[in-house]
Amino acid sequence: MIQITNDTIDYAALTERVRSEQAGAVVLFLGTVREMTDGRKTTALDYEAFPQMAEAKFKELLDEARGRWPIVNAAIVHRLGRLELGDVSVAVAVSTPHRQQAFEAGRHLIDRLKEVVPIWKKENWADGTTEWVHPGTANGSAECGIRNAE
Amino acid sequence: MKITVQLFARARDLAGAEHVELDVPAPGRVADLKRSLASRFPQVSPLVPSLLVAVGTDYANDQTQLSPDVAVACFPPVSGG
Repeated sequence: MIQITNDTIDYAALTERVRSEQAGAVVLFLGTVREMTDGRKTTALDYEAFPQMAEAKFKELLDEARGRWPIVNAAIVHRLGRLELGDVSVAVAVSTPHRQQAFEAGRHLIDRLKEVVPIWKKENWADGTTEWVHPGTANGSAECGIRNAE
Repeated sequence: MKITVQLFARARDLAGAEHVELDVPAPGRVADLKRSLASRFPQVSPLVPSLLVAVGTDYANDQTQLSPDVAVACFPPVSGG
């Protein structure tokens, strides 16, 4: 299941959705809006996407993960628009027969999502300034330091 | 040939438009399109070395061949999550 939405992510429902009698393990990852980044205070994040391509990339990531781990069910939901502190921006839920597979697949999905899916966040700093986050560019604060190269 | 390019995030903000029409010599490649974008919008040029280009919904590289009927998008490194 893949979804790009402007609404609050119901991660409890998403977790229920991937649960299965075939799976002994369920891992849920949530990305949430953090207040402090390198000593600077954030008031909100604005997310935007290239929706058609983002959906295509989500599908590719799920196919890639299904080829590497025995995934029973997997779901990715990303939220767009204005998100306040603590809001959930992304949820990745995976179920597999055993826990190691679920942890690995979940981690792989969120790591690859941050590298290849065309979604961007803009910081709204407490001092009133705004700044697009574009890792690897001159003034694009690198949240994870990963350069995008596909 | 004229190619319409969709811009996102800081690339769009710097260019001041979501869709821009660029002149690219035919037969043109993505590298030619980037040059055209940088010369038409000098304010975008600092971003060009890290700019990602998509043709349809797939990432392209500098050698990818372009034609007027393809949907092209340009954007800086992604930061979802």
